[in-house]
Amino acid sequence: MTAVATGHPEDAAGAAGSPNPLTAGLERLPVAPTALVIFGATGDLARRKLLPALYNLAHEGALPDRFDLVGVARREKAHADYRAESEQAIRQFSRRAPDPDVLAGLLERVRYVPGRFDAESVYGHLSKVLDSFDEQAGERLNRAFYLSTAPDFFGTIVGHLGASGLSRRAEAQVRVIIEKPFGTTLEEARALNRRVLSVFDEAQVFRIDHYLGKETVQNLLAFRFANGMFEPLWNRNYIDSVQITAAEDIGIGTRAGYYNAAGALRDLIQNHMLQLLCNVAMEPPVNFAAEEVRNEKVKVLEAIAAPTSEQVDTIAVRAQYSRGHSGGEDVPGYTEEEGVPADSATETFAALRLEVDNWRWAGVPFYIRTGKRLARKVTEIAVTLKPVPHLAFSQDGSLGVRPNQLVLTVQPNEGVSLQLGAKIPGTRMVIRPVNMEFLYGTAFMSQSPEAYERLITDAMLGDATLFTRDDEVEGQWRICDPIVKRWAAEGGPLPSYEAGSQGPEEAEGLLREGDHWRAI
Amino acid sequence: LSHTSDVVWSEQGTTPDRVEAALRELLARRYAEDSDCVPARVLNMIAFVDREWSGEIANRLGGVGRYHASRLLVLAYEPRRERLDARVTIASEQRGPGELGLLHETVVLDIGDKHLDDLVTIADPLVVTDLPTLLWSPHGHSDAADALLPLAQAVLVDSLDDPVWREAIDRACALSGEAYVVDLAWLRSTPWRERMAALFDPPHRRRDLGAITQVTVRHHPASTVAGLLFIGWLASRLRWRAEPLLGHGEALIGKAPACRQHVALRLQPAPEQQVRGLAGLSVETSAGRRLTLDRGPGGLHAREHQRDGAEHTWTLLGASRGEQGILGEGIRQALLRDPTYVPALKAAHAMLP
Repeated sequence: MTAVATGHPEDAAGAAGSPNPLTAGLERLPVAPTALVIFGATGDLARRKLLPALYNLAHEGALPDRFDLVGVARREKAHADYRAESEQAIRQFSRRAPDPDVLAGLLERVRYVPGRFDAESVYGHLSKVLDSFDEQAGERLNRAFYLSTAPDFFGTIVGHLGASGLSRRAEAQVRVIIEKPFGTTLEEARALNRRVLSVFDEAQVFRIDHYLGKETVQNLLAFRFANGMFEPLWNRNYIDSVQITAAEDIGIGTRAGYYNAAGALRDLIQNHMLQLLCNVAMEPPVNFAAEEVRNEKVKVLEAIAAPTSEQVDTIAVRAQYSRGHSGGEDVPGYTEEEGVPADSATETFAALRLEVDNWRWAGVPFYIRTGKRLARKVTEIAVTLKPVPHLAFSQDGSLGVRPNQLVLTVQPNEGVSLQLGAKIPGTRMVIRPVNMEFLYGTAFMSQSPEAYERLITDAMLGDATLFTRDDEVEGQWRICDPIVKRWAAEGGPLPSYEAGSQGPEEAEGLLREGDHWRAI
Repeated sequence: LSHTSDVVWSEQGTTPDRVEAALRELLARRYAEDSDCVPARVLNMIAFVDREWSGEIANRLGGVGRYHASRLLVLAYEPRRERLDARVTIASEQRGPGELGLLHETVVLDIGDKHLDDLVTIADPLVVTDLPTLLWSPHGHSDAADALLPLAQAVLVDSLDDPVWREAIDRACALSGEAYVVDLAWLRSTPWRERMAALFDPPHRRRDLGAITQVTVRHHPASTVAGLLFIGWLASRLRWRAEPLLGHGEALIGKAPACRQHVALRLQPAPEQQVRGLAGLSVETSAGRRLTLDRGPGGLHAREHQRDGAEHTWTLLGASRGEQGILGEGIRQALLRDPTYVPALKAAHAMLP
């Protein structure tokens, strides 16, 4: 038997600054040992999303080798009580049945720190708990602070983290993950950015937009930049208009408090839908590193002119749902929902017409609409191509010839559909539109991870690609802020639409002549 | 993920053409009944099995859930059979309202000796064109598997199935020259490789990779090949020279020359281990650091001992995937490419005693 030299010239095992040769070929990259602190640990988001996501990461062996979790919330309770609550939340909301040993192992590492977020003592207590983790591990763990609280507390918590020395640590990374909404106006977003960046560097800050963690949204980039077929058409010469829809058939449920203060524009358009628009309109990045991707998105936002107060009525429509029928049942109007004031002027539907004023997109309208209690739940991007220049079929059925439409469905059944003209079988040349459909579910075996599993992992890895940068947030607010202000100044009453319908008639007024909203 | 059997077709004394026509008709009929049911189009799988044990294989494949191949062609071999019989099943996943229903097709062909010379012409019309095809021959039959290789882009093997280590590794080496090899013995070690990579990932730990002086791998008594693949992986990634190991009682021992020192290697059977694969590993460095990982409830139990006597213990959380999970993972891996397996396999080959 002869010996085999197994050299890999690119790997230099043994050097601290060189790549780790053991990670080649692994699907999961190692995550550095981390202590994660959740502020707002007893809240709805923590219970429904964060704790189940952490369990699923533990189940798959995707948590760091050393991982500790601290819950911080106002109510006094013992570690054991918080562990019991966490266990209940995981059992109720996890996407898979928990393995008892893994669950027990995760819960063993959970601690609870009670107190008000504005109390200095909380941060002293927290610091001691985090130091004890380092001591047990015999090394300094990275630290990630997850702000899952009401937005009013974001600035306060960040300020205290800085004042108590928790925002930096030698020989370890410290990161802060901030939930949405990041401000409710442009001024608030700017002020919060100033506050956050006075304590942390931008590279330490991970602003959550959970839409970006969805596999379906990431697929948009793969669709555009991994296929040579569409990119040559992806510009004003071939594309007539773009329509982005995020429709829900449900009402506000138990979220009246939050929703009535936010409204449809702040809830979905300012963040998620503008992110979708950026993914559709951005230039190809040099690579998919965080800064490159976010640079391209910011350029798109900068190319969209913020409306003046006078322009708001011509580019934006708002409305509120009234009593109607949904899913075969009578449903109440918005102001009849529990917890909503009878004179509420909050919009449950918002539609905008935006233009991306750059070389690629000048003159192409981007229509965006979102609403509650619409006819169906669907999130999609419809790209309508310009009609063919000459209709050779005008004598025999030109009524059936329509411009090609490419529809990217984000949910519920993720896929791509291309509407084409095809000849109807028979002796005459009669054309009608047909759909060529691709459904992602038919072509992949793996189940998509929950958005929060991906985002928590990325934050612990320090990969900010799927998080919103400071200038991105401000760019989004710059566009939405004049609309928010104008609508706030106008108050009510608002146009209405019947629950279960396609939305308000007023939305038609945004469309260019000849354009139509797609049926929801 | 549960499946509902929807439509079944069978015929005795049939031909591949008639089976293929039946598949097309069943799919069209199923679509006409419910347009939300669409055929999965991810992967073909050809399984060549002994007909006598085909039920056991069906049970194993039935447990892989969402990793079921889009079209599964089972060639159930019975030595003296003369007639070609076929059963076609199209099953759809149970789904909620408004959700897409995926259809999975299974074709079972009962074949005999007289069909062995024509396996490609029998199987070829029954795989979906343009989808990758995974070949699996869990009951040996290497001649039949070799005959079907031209149809496959990936081959599923379990190097632990062959009691002769050399033959298992020789076979995997030979197949790797023909197609992408997915080795279940390799996949069983994924969590160990991930954890090993993670333990040495922090920059201040990375330099220890060049200072490893001793590696001991403990394994199920019938999983020596898993241990060989693991140290083959370390050798290929860390540029150790792979040299033949020597038998030492139940264990295999040897030394691998590294850049700055020799690494002492030991493969030790762990009789207490109930499941196939690795039971534990221990790594020592010239700086006196010793890391040990052992299989345990809820994940791998880690222990780190420093030269100054300090010791830390912790658990690397993770649920066991079980043999069904490993098989499902094997099917999924047919769509991916792990560039580190073949170098590890070659190093393992060079370490054979």
